Amino acid sequence: METSGVSNPVTAVLLNFRGYDTLLEMAVLLVALLGVWSLGSAAVYRRSNPEPVLLSLVGVLVPMLLLMAGYLLWVGADAPGGAFQAGSVLAAAGILMLLACKRPPVQLLGWSLRLVLVLGLGAFIAVGVSLLSASGMFLQYPPGLAGALILFIEAAATLSIGVTLAALFLGGRLDPDA
Amino acid sequence: MNSILLYALAGVGLFTLGLYALIVHAHLLRKILAINVMGSGVFLVLVSLGGRTPGASPDPVPHAMVITGIVVAVSATALALALMLRVQAKTGQTLLPEERLE
Repeated sequence: METSGVSNPVTAVLLNFRGYDTLLEMAVLLVALLGVWSLGSAAVYRRSNPEPVLLSLVGVLVPMLLLMAGYLLWVGADAPGGAFQAGSVLAAAGILMLLACKRPPVQLLGWSLRLVLVLGLGAFIAVGVSLLSASGMFLQYPPGLAGALILFIEAAATLSIGVTLAALFLGGRLDPDA
Repeated sequence: MNSILLYALAGVGLFTLGLYALIVHAHLLRKILAINVMGSGVFLVLVSLGGRTPGASPDPVPHAMVITGIVVAVSATALALALMLRVQAKTGQTLLPEERLE
């Protein structure tokens, strides 16, 4: 426990002792999104006229949700919290913003969205592979660096989880002509 | 009977309720909801059994597994809902082929 780099036992289990589970879970999220995207474009996501109540609520809630996601991510090292909690709060902010959009945000498409989607899994694998080449063990953190590496992976995973869940909410690919 | 056992039994009850709803309802949305209720029952059993030693701090491994499970359940539900919308767009009904009225 002392060598895990974090003092919250659940985070230690998730990111250190059973890192493989979390790594594959990020892959499961991506595969689910691929499955949803392969079913077609988000045709059900129609153009809407958001109510003024929703718009002002979004203006108040989204900054608070972003702040809360950052707090949950940081506090995950030694209290309940972490990447998944922060990611789902981030997704809630994203869904609120999607609901307040008049039309699908097609300008968000392209490589930047895909890059954020694979960021979490990519950072996890990159850390694992670099540790494999340095010490010969996949995802075996050196005790001095464990805390920083876990925070790095968690920050990347939070972004990816939030964006993936918000993309799943749309229920399909966002096509430029949709 | 201590509270841990009560939580675990409530989890078993939720699972049974979900299984019953999964079998008796034909509508696909109700089936997806039923599977989610069953999953919540499993999570409740796992979390409560993680704290079954009185006085000691709860075992973190089941808790971490439940967090993993919740995320997987959410993504599987999203995929199932997208599939259901696709079935509805293709056939006009939200039923499995065996349940369809000809």
